[in-house]
Amino acid sequence: MSGSGTDGIVRQGGWRHRVARVVLYAILGLFCLYYLVPLVIMVSTSFKSLEEIRTGSLISLPQEIRFDAWAKAWGSACVGVRCDGLRPYMWNSVAMVIPAVFISTLLGALNGYALTKWRFRGADVIFALMLFGAFIPFQVILLPMARALGMMGLAGTIPGLILVHTIYGLAFTTLFFRNFFISVSDSIVHAAMVDGAGFFSIFFRIVLPMAIPAMVVTVIWQFTQIWNDFLFGVAFTVGDSNPVTVALNNVVNTSTGVKEYNVDMAAAIIAALPTLAVYVIAGTYFVRGLAAGAVKG
Amino acid sequence: MSGIRLDKVFKRFGTTEVIKGIDLEIEDGEFIVLVGPSGCGKSTLLNLVAGLETLSSGTIRIGDRVVNDIPPRDRDIAMVFQSYALYPTKTVRDNITFGMVTRRVPRAEQDAAVDEVSSLLHIDKLLERKPGQLSGGQRQRVAMGRALVRKPDVFLFDEPLSNLDAKLRIEMRTEIKKLHQRLGKTIVYVTHDQIEAMTLATRIAVMDNGHIRQFGDPETIYEHPVDLFVAGFMGSPPMNMLRGRLKRDGSAVAVDAGEGLVFPLPERLALRLQQPEGHEVVLGLRPETIFAAGTELPGADRFIFERPVDVIEPTGPDTMVVFQAGGTEAIARVRPQDAKAPGESFRFEVEMAKAKLFDGKTGMHL
Amino acid sequence: MDAQANHRTFSRTFERWLPKIVVSPLFAASLVFVYGFIAWTVYISFTKSGVMPNYTFDGLAQYDRLWGTPRWYVALWNLFVFSTLFIAISTAIGILLAILLDQRVRAEGFIRTVYLYPMALSFIVTGTVWKWILNPGLGLERLMHMAGFTDFTFDWLVNSRMAIYTVVIAGVWQSSGYAMALFLAGLRSVDDEILKAASIDGAGPVRIYSSIVLPMMRPVFLSTIIILAHLAIKSFDLVIALTGGGPGYATDMPATFMYAFAFQRSELGVAAASAVMMLMTVTAIIVPYLYSELRRTGR
Repeated sequence: MSGSGTDGIVRQGGWRHRVARVVLYAILGLFCLYYLVPLVIMVSTSFKSLEEIRTGSLISLPQEIRFDAWAKAWGSACVGVRCDGLRPYMWNSVAMVIPAVFISTLLGALNGYALTKWRFRGADVIFALMLFGAFIPFQVILLPMARALGMMGLAGTIPGLILVHTIYGLAFTTLFFRNFFISVSDSIVHAAMVDGAGFFSIFFRIVLPMAIPAMVVTVIWQFTQIWNDFLFGVAFTVGDSNPVTVALNNVVNTSTGVKEYNVDMAAAIIAALPTLAVYVIAGTYFVRGLAAGAVKG
Repeated sequence: MSGIRLDKVFKRFGTTEVIKGIDLEIEDGEFIVLVGPSGCGKSTLLNLVAGLETLSSGTIRIGDRVVNDIPPRDRDIAMVFQSYALYPTKTVRDNITFGMVTRRVPRAEQDAAVDEVSSLLHIDKLLERKPGQLSGGQRQRVAMGRALVRKPDVFLFDEPLSNLDAKLRIEMRTEIKKLHQRLGKTIVYVTHDQIEAMTLATRIAVMDNGHIRQFGDPETIYEHPVDLFVAGFMGSPPMNMLRGRLKRDGSAVAVDAGEGLVFPLPERLALRLQQPEGHEVVLGLRPETIFAAGTELPGADRFIFERPVDVIEPTGPDTMVVFQAGGTEAIARVRPQDAKAPGESFRFEVEMAKAKLFDGKTGMHL
Repeated sequence: MDAQANHRTFSRTFERWLPKIVVSPLFAASLVFVYGFIAWTVYISFTKSGVMPNYTFDGLAQYDRLWGTPRWYVALWNLFVFSTLFIAISTAIGILLAILLDQRVRAEGFIRTVYLYPMALSFIVTGTVWKWILNPGLGLERLMHMAGFTDFTFDWLVNSRMAIYTVVIAGVWQSSGYAMALFLAGLRSVDDEILKAASIDGAGPVRIYSSIVLPMMRPVFLSTIIILAHLAIKSFDLVIALTGGGPGYATDMPATFMYAFAFQRSELGVAAASAVMMLMTVTAIIVPYLYSELRRTGR
């Protein structure tokens, strides 16, 4: 991102300016702490033993790094009655998120392209009607969706969850590609038409390669949204097919036995790692997605 | 064998009519320029010929084929766009060959065509670059190359030079003209720049508000504009238009522009006029027909008057002298050494033989 | 010859229809899965449905029951408290941080990354962490005791009067960075020349922000507030993870209320009625906003 527009403007120097800068950095630093401390607590707690948690304080660092809690969270913590840790649920989430992201992104790209570059009567109305689907409180479709999945024989399965995420992700992916394609000059499509290319050939050979940045943003956004989803996971899956968010909640809110905060924290980090990794690796695309998602929320 | 014929062509977007019944017949090998102010419908008309917009009614023929329902790729046309419309993710070579790839032209033929076109346009060193790495002028050449390899019967140009800087624009203008002379293909060229129209066209169609106002060769358009719109649009600086009334004195006729300015009309024009004394007219005087008195060889039908100078605008070879006449601002094109400072009185000489006369009410040429 | 010509005409007609052919199944899916399902839910809310859907029309009876349930009022009141505080605090923090970050700050990229990372987390993770931090026995309270403030008590998480505020704390932590990012993008999109003109006119930084930049950001304020409101109305995960709706149903919100009645108490009719109420609220906020957004980005 570029600097502020007032960058080049000469400013008054002197001590007042210097004090102001100190205050500025102090406030910014405090907020850095505000956002970072919970992460630090989460990590440090996950390395402590239960004993140390009971005797130490929230922010004290672990006296020795122990991976017990991590091992347990990954492989043997009890989720409901099953005690295999988060591992199987991580794979559920992976098996769900990859096809859902791929399909919803591709269909959204195709849809956005058809609606902007091949404008036909009613295209705007169709888009507006589809877009509304991104904003509805999903509670309003939970009951019929549960029944529909039942009728399709997909209740409580991962393919069922993929279907749900694809359908309700489509509104956003369409929106995002539509906004991108609007900025692509119509004359590129016209030139390709004169060059003899048809609808799909223009899409795959000309337009899609141009849309790679938009696609990265969409994929990251969809990945984050679908990975982090809880509502669909808890409503449409059971036990063995739970995604990791649901499993994490079950680990944490299990009411039997001793509360193992270190295991909870390790489990939370494990569940958060994929999206955090994406954020760290592709932060700028993530931020662009947030800005684009401004219309979605 | 590819002229273009438009019959009663209409185009509506919703309820707004953009093209309002155009008939146009273009001969094979002509260089036609569609010129007009923005929003006059010239680009829409070009898109209709290309097949990028669908006709509302009427017919378009390319050669002897009605192409109303034929998609762009089967119309045997090539097009150069204002924004160049190069495919940003493809190299220059792939941009040029894309049309051949979609048509499944054999590889060897593609390579030969690229070689030929790229050396013709001096882009042979750029073939492996992407459009983003090219300058405006280079992109322009690639866009032309992409059109040329098609070897179509008809070339369509949509304001191809308007994104270039002034110097490059003049260079490319010459190149386009050379290409036309060399290939002899029909060209339809859209521009809002009347100098491009004058320099390139074999015939110009001046458009306004969905109609063609006048269609003719550049000289006719410039010297015999059919109405005030065409007269005012073609020429830079634009034609001076002085409102006045006819004044008859025996067989002689003059235009009284007020403030004591009475322009005597040349005999040839005077004899033709039927309009009575006092008829409202507009006298059109191109800036180059007004000069400093006595600086040209004397001729018939000259009229000399004096006015104070308002502003002078040197352009280098000529100096524009702005003054007030007949209640409006007028411009004379004089030699730099004849110019005088603002406020001083200036003796102007008008070549009345080149004056145009228009009806004050209808704007039509008299 | 004729057959070939026919084939060409057919393929041309087909091609003209292709964009519509591509869009229509997606549009149809949206009609069924969004509008059809909404219609189904609305219909169910007017029936006698209990454990199983029952298609006997029953007028407004389910709505009567909904509005006669004290828990629904708790949910509405919580939504009101939560969204007001959540929106106000997130917006305030967001605009403050955005303005501060707009002052040619060193390491701006790093700071932005730190402010925004909670948005990459699931609300479930956020809830888990804050549940631990706010834990009355071992968390913040103990920390303060160990620091010498032995009288300090902090039991909001288990205090039914205060528990909703813990949801606000966690929600603000997660989303205020988002508000910052939106405001910062808004600040950066202000035309440089306007700022240059203002500083030549003698306006200092405070003046430039208060009387030029912020007024120009009204649309950004509007969209940020609407996005946050939308997040607030839909908030479900955070409540479940942090308090589970408790203690009792003290932190219930419409989203958790609907879920509880639909899947735990099997009162489909009441659940549907509450979902319809949620939809109406969201629609009232979102439709005018979308309408103006589409008009802006459309042709």
